[in-house]
Amino acid sequence: MIPAGFEYHRPTDTASAISILQEHGDDARVIAGGHSLIPMMKLRMADLAHVIDLQDIQEMKGIEIGADSVTLGAMVTQHELITHDGLAAAVPIIREAALQIADPQVRYMGTVGGNVANGDPGNDMPGLMQCLDASFELVGPDGTRTVAARDFYEAAYFTAREDEEILTRIMIPVPAAETGQAYEKQKRKIGDYATAAAAVMVGGGSASVAMTNLADTPVWSEEASAALAGGDVEGCVAAMLDAIDPVADNRGPVEFKKHVAAVMLRRAIARAMSRAG
Amino acid sequence: MNDQSMTPEERAANLKGMGCSRKRVEDVRFTQGKGNYVDDIKMDGMLFGDFVRSPYAHARVVSVNKEAALALPGVVAVLTAEDLAPLGLHWMPTLAGDKQMVLADGKVLFQGQEVAYVVAEDRYIAADAVDLVEVEYEELPVLTDPFEALKSDVVLREDLEGQTEGAHGPRKHHNHIFTWEVGDKDGTEAVLGGAEVVAEEMVYYHRTHPCPLETCGCVASMDKVTGKLTLYGTFQAPHAIRTVVSLISGLAEHNIRVISPDIGGGFGNKVGAYPGYVCSVVASIVTGKPVKWIEDRMENLMSTAFARDYWMHGKIAATKEGKITGLWCHTTADHGGFDACADPTKFPAGFMNICTGSYDIPTAYLAVDGVYTNKAPGGVAYRCSFRVTEAAYFIERMIEVLAIKLNMDAAELRRINFIRADQFPYQSALGWEYDSGDYHTAWDKALKAVGYEDLRKEQAQRVEDFKAGKTRKLLGIGLTHFTEIVGAGPVKNCDILGLGMFDSCEIRIHPTGSAIARLGTISQGQGHATTFAQIIASEIGLPADDITLEEGDTDTAPYGLGTYGSRSTPVAGAATAMAARKIRAKAQMIAAYLLEVHDDDVEWDVDRFAVKGAPERFKTMKEIAFAAYNQAIPGLEPGLEAVSYYDPPNMTYPFGAYICVMEIDVDTGEWEIRQFYALDDCGTRINPMIIEGQVHGGVTEALAIAMGQEIAYDEMGNVKTGTLMDFFIPTAWETPNYTTDHTVTPSPHHPIGAKGVGESPNVGGVPAFSNAVHDAFRPFGLVQSHMPHDHWRIWKIANGLGLHG
Repeated sequence: MIPAGFEYHRPTDTASAISILQEHGDDARVIAGGHSLIPMMKLRMADLAHVIDLQDIQEMKGIEIGADSVTLGAMVTQHELITHDGLAAAVPIIREAALQIADPQVRYMGTVGGNVANGDPGNDMPGLMQCLDASFELVGPDGTRTVAARDFYEAAYFTAREDEEILTRIMIPVPAAETGQAYEKQKRKIGDYATAAAAVMVGGGSASVAMTNLADTPVWSEEASAALAGGDVEGCVAAMLDAIDPVADNRGPVEFKKHVAAVMLRRAIARAMSRAG
Repeated sequence: MNDQSMTPEERAANLKGMGCSRKRVEDVRFTQGKGNYVDDIKMDGMLFGDFVRSPYAHARVVSVNKEAALALPGVVAVLTAEDLAPLGLHWMPTLAGDKQMVLADGKVLFQGQEVAYVVAEDRYIAADAVDLVEVEYEELPVLTDPFEALKSDVVLREDLEGQTEGAHGPRKHHNHIFTWEVGDKDGTEAVLGGAEVVAEEMVYYHRTHPCPLETCGCVASMDKVTGKLTLYGTFQAPHAIRTVVSLISGLAEHNIRVISPDIGGGFGNKVGAYPGYVCSVVASIVTGKPVKWIEDRMENLMSTAFARDYWMHGKIAATKEGKITGLWCHTTADHGGFDACADPTKFPAGFMNICTGSYDIPTAYLAVDGVYTNKAPGGVAYRCSFRVTEAAYFIERMIEVLAIKLNMDAAELRRINFIRADQFPYQSALGWEYDSGDYHTAWDKALKAVGYEDLRKEQAQRVEDFKAGKTRKLLGIGLTHFTEIVGAGPVKNCDILGLGMFDSCEIRIHPTGSAIARLGTISQGQGHATTFAQIIASEIGLPADDITLEEGDTDTAPYGLGTYGSRSTPVAGAATAMAARKIRAKAQMIAAYLLEVHDDDVEWDVDRFAVKGAPERFKTMKEIAFAAYNQAIPGLEPGLEAVSYYDPPNMTYPFGAYICVMEIDVDTGEWEIRQFYALDDCGTRINPMIIEGQVHGGVTEALAIAMGQEIAYDEMGNVKTGTLMDFFIPTAWETPNYTTDHTVTPSPHHPIGAKGVGESPNVGGVPAFSNAVHDAFRPFGLVQSHMPHDHWRIWKIANGLGLHG
């Protein structure tokens, strides 16, 4: 549990961070809260000569609440997500989900940008961002582009982000006032990844449904969402069970995970519906 | 000083002696971050050791190439078995009469086994060098199932090939270690054959790990000028380690000083000797510099001392009315690649023969077969006396299984089979003499406290509601009445490596009436500095606050066998009382001299000796202490000191009644502990607050074990639970509230009547949680299901019983 040697960089603006990435290529990685990268380095499963710490980059911080859209800086911590009352009023599901990530110590350090950018299928925020139809701002040597969360994830730890790009901002459309939202997660203990988790928005004739840690990417299902929008809960669950592809691990065998996925989804739907205006 | 203003009760209270919930004196430094643990030790020129470990569970080591590692600046040495062989240190003896590789000698037998030891000037360089050591392996077939291992042609221990006799008798197969038999085989089989009712089950107690907060480690420091080796380490038995180091290194024992500094939990994990200690000592002797080795968490979980892994096949016979007539048990014990169990020598399966539990069972038979597999060695008593938690889990499951067969209430079945209070001392069918107990009183108190009858009614209603589709949650009531056997132990039948399991205490009273006491034990969080001072305070009438306790330095402490198996209070606690009584006996003579009366004309009164019939004429212990150093008393040596080496006449037998009420979600397998009631009878209670803390900690570890904690392997022998992500340690969130209670049945043979409590909550807790899970599903036909009861396994029970529609 001792990492190999590395050089530590701490730029103060995004452009500098990108130029360091360009200079060192594969040997460099950016670090946000560090809760995924540092354990990998300690296990020597990630061997990096250069670590670029983003914590001094002010432009990647802050939460902006607009009338139609919420913008989260990539370096906003889970703790900040939880304690921001404006955010809780605009998109309450974010606080509900963030409270179920790890434990308070981890949430003081862990960032929303790191959580969505890493591509770990166990992370909660990617599925949630797909449910919310968020989009991610990526800044690279060739400028800035935006990718929808629903198009971002390709496979475990593989995303649409290029090696020399940094995910800097997350834009979330503010859900309509009548939307009911709920995040339901089963885990073995505090600090664990989900055995299965469901993010649900429903109300006003529309719906969006995504699930976490049940495939090598988060799973947002258009068919399941459409079924729920039409009030067909069983159709929604059936479509989602078709879309997920869990694997057996210490959390249990595939049949168990599928069962629990359905239970979590039904519970999230029921709670979201009870909250819909 | 003839102050008579205070009543005897007030004077006693001022002592903070036995029965006082005195705050832990250790916590002042622990809560301020001022503890001194082995990894806090820093010495000039200190080097750092780290291991190259095997990624394979079974493989031949074809070659080890050190060149690249040695070329790294700052690397001092890379040791392999080849380097240790000339010293005869490439293998070491285990506590169980087997031997164990210090570094891989031609092959590896478990994942994480030590292959090479790197020594470097810096901890980071050592880790880098580990990566640079090139080891070529040739994979061999892996055996992770003990039943398969006993049938397989694959020979795990080639070094033992052809040896048909092991340390504990004949070996039946090349992967077989020993067979241990106790009791009446023919008689038990005859009872089973003629019984009205027989229940039979396989009860598996899975492999887990003590996982103390602080991992194992040491600092070895050889002084080439004086020829003295100082070994600091996380040792639960520092004196035994000194003797072992002397025996295997050839260094004279007086030239070895072993020091256990503050220890961050042991739970059995720190009893044995590990390759890290041997390699660090060798490296320090070779380099003449101090060498530190500290395990990381994954190394701790993968390679040092696991616990349990017992497959217990049981048969229990009874009359139709439920009176138990016989118990039969055959255990297949998975010991991993080497037999490194930490048990008294004559007990290769520990005290598993306490498996008749709290019940008057006239005929019984136990056989245990130890087996080699490709798993880590160990088999330690994880917060229990030697294999006592396995025994308690076995009998408490068998009672439940029998209750199902008899269609009886499990509380009533226990009640009609308990050993009665008037039967003590009780000779068990498997050879123990239970010193004392009053099981019926404890049981009735426990059932009343939880409202047992109402709980059963609620449970019946819940089953109705479930069947009617009104709820998806079931209610389980987990019952346990356990009997522990602790305080190893009488030297006549308990030794470790030939060292009798007595223990010791030396007390020195200072002229001003304060004192220092040193013991052969070592606290790892038990609070010895607090509680042993209380024993002395009550025995000799000096305030506990004026008594310093010191343990863990073999140059100053009297010889003892250390702290594990709840033996500190039963053995060293007895030695403490006996040493104190020697001091009091001398104090009586001094007091009589000072009061100018005959020795027999003074009597003890809390903190003083007073003239019989004239209580206003007395000498306090403080006055007596000063007199011991400034008076020439005819016939008495100056000073006031005593030492006692205590060989207990018997074990002690703490017992308890635990009840767990659990809610279970059949759809997700999630559980919630609604109520947990723990009644403990540990005899005389020295510090009720510390007892309560011990119970809270022990039940929490039991919760972990029963509900999720395991060391699991895949078929390749890879450890699947090597980090705390997968190895379950409950946080405050998962830990329920506990209700503690007690009865007091003092041990008749212990000087103060104390029995030990540290391990009772784990012994009683595991079956209480597991029985609650089983009990919830009993109305739907569940008889037996294996731990750990994590979400998916509970879900699988429900699924198998058709509860998911």
